[in-house]
Amino acid sequence: MNATALPQHVSAGNGGRSARRRSAGRSTVKLIVTEAKLFVREPLGAFFGVIFPAALVLILGAAMPGFDEPSADIGGRRPIEFYLPITLALAIGTVALVNLLNALAADREKGVLRRLSTTPVSPIRLLVAQIVVNVAALLLGSGLALLAAVLAFGVEARPDVPGMLVAFVLGSASMAALALLVAAFTPTSRAATGIGSLVYYPMLFAAGVWTPGPLMPDAVRRVADFTPLGAASQALQDAWSGDWPQPLHLAVLVGSTVLFGGLAAKLFRWSS
Amino acid sequence: MTVIEVSNLQKRYGDQVAVRDVSFEVRPGEIFGIVGPNGSGKTTTVECLTGLRQADGGTIRVLGLDPTRDRAELRHQVGIQLQESHLPDRLKVWEALDLYSSFYAEPADWRALMDELGLTAKRNTVFAKLSGGQKQRLSVALALVGNPRIAVLDELTTGLDPQARRDTWQLVRDVRDRGVTVVLVTHFMDEAERLCDRLAVVRAGEVVAIATPAELVARTELPGVERPTLEDAVLALTSPTATGRTATSPN
Ligand SMILES: Nc1ncnc2c1ncn2[C@@H]1O[C@H](COP(=O)(O)OP(=O)(O)OP(=O)(O)O)[C@@H](O)[C@H]1O
Ligand SMILES: [Mg+2]
Repeated sequence: MNATALPQHVSAGNGGRSARRRSAGRSTVKLIVTEAKLFVREPLGAFFGVIFPAALVLILGAAMPGFDEPSADIGGRRPIEFYLPITLALAIGTVALVNLLNALAADREKGVLRRLSTTPVSPIRLLVAQIVVNVAALLLGSGLALLAAVLAFGVEARPDVPGMLVAFVLGSASMAALALLVAAFTPTSRAATGIGSLVYYPMLFAAGVWTPGPLMPDAVRRVADFTPLGAASQALQDAWSGDWPQPLHLAVLVGSTVLFGGLAAKLFRWSS
Repeated sequence: MTVIEVSNLQKRYGDQVAVRDVSFEVRPGEIFGIVGPNGSGKTTTVECLTGLRQADGGTIRVLGLDPTRDRAELRHQVGIQLQESHLPDRLKVWEALDLYSSFYAEPADWRALMDELGLTAKRNTVFAKLSGGQKQRLSVALALVGNPRIAVLDELTTGLDPQARRDTWQLVRDVRDRGVTVVLVTHFMDEAERLCDRLAVVRAGEVVAIATPAELVARTELPGVERPTLEDAVLALTSPTATGRTATSPN
């Protein structure tokens, strides 16, 4: 054996192992930074993830007559107030089924995941980095939407903050799991985008984007309770008005995360 | 001592047999070539020996490790350049090298590698805007950035201009001189002749000869051809009408 190869071999002992741990930490940070850069360089995606929820609040508030005036239909509350948690659900659905799903499907189709699987880093770490970046975008987007509502329309609220966070995290988890599942059983990135939007619009409907709050017919709500984004929206609405989310909604979120995530883990292929 | 041992490797995709029976050994520090027609199973073979695909039959040992069972360990020791590999469209050259070097405990200096492969001028260019040859060079750089003990290069120079091919050959020699064992899949006979210490010739998923390029040429007798080239030799071995195996092929 060539002498120069020897030191590398020897260092695969203890020194090598701690060097590997160090490199694992370093690579995780680099993966997240890289994914964040790629997210920002995709202008449309960055727009939908970060700007869209706030833009929606502002546009609806400004364009819809009576949007920030108390309405008898909904017990004297202002539409803008119960529309806010729905906007957050919309942001979760959009980031998961548009940003995350497209990034994932494109990476697989182009062989990025396969290329990565030849290195010591598992492609799972890339998925985690993508989810971290997308959730960060989501938090930012939601924060901007809340800020817009407070600044532009003087919305006041006494939300149940822990309940809000639980609903937000569980909602994001179940929608990310759904996006992984769609990516798992669509062979190409075109198919993933297509199926993604087939799932996206019914999800928005279930979340009450078109029939917010009390305007949603009861029968529809009973179905919507059992969809991930519908349950997330309901849980966010409850927490927004100061109550702890209903157990049914939290159970639906946990259950769908486990079900979709488990199926996705079984079905997902690193290369198409 | 051998670095890679493959015996009676078999791999099917559904009904399609990609590798019927492949056996070879690679010695430390050599540049081992694999040549053969399109679809003869070269890529499938190197994918099995790097653990990217699971073999249906036979045994493989790479640095004494089983590529399927010891996949994680092998990833640290083997650098791979895939025939078809891509990076995200909007990732810049330097970012890719920096990222990939962070995956390894003792990486090579990626800036030096970027320089050696003539990519420094393109360091801020995103992957989608690189030419085919530049993508290929980046792919080679990424295979070497982890300071591997074995480098597996599948169609290393396809798409490169003549000068870049020469530069890449020199790079492979330099890498070998550092003690790295190289497995090289190629369609270029001049490359095989100048670069490879030994060659495995495959046809329809079977090894039909293993020898040095010079031996393969010396062994070839073609009616009407006075001084056969390596290409003549390989074509004679792999043409559909060629039968049997040559004297020095395994078993
Ligand atoms: N993912 C796959 N699914 C199904 N069949 C495949 C797959 N990959 C390769 N094959 C088939 O297996 C056989 C061997 O393919 P392989 O890619 O190993 O050939 P190769 O020698 O590398 O060819 P080339 O010189 O064209 O790169 C071919 O007949 C091919 O059609
Ligand atoms: Mg091939």
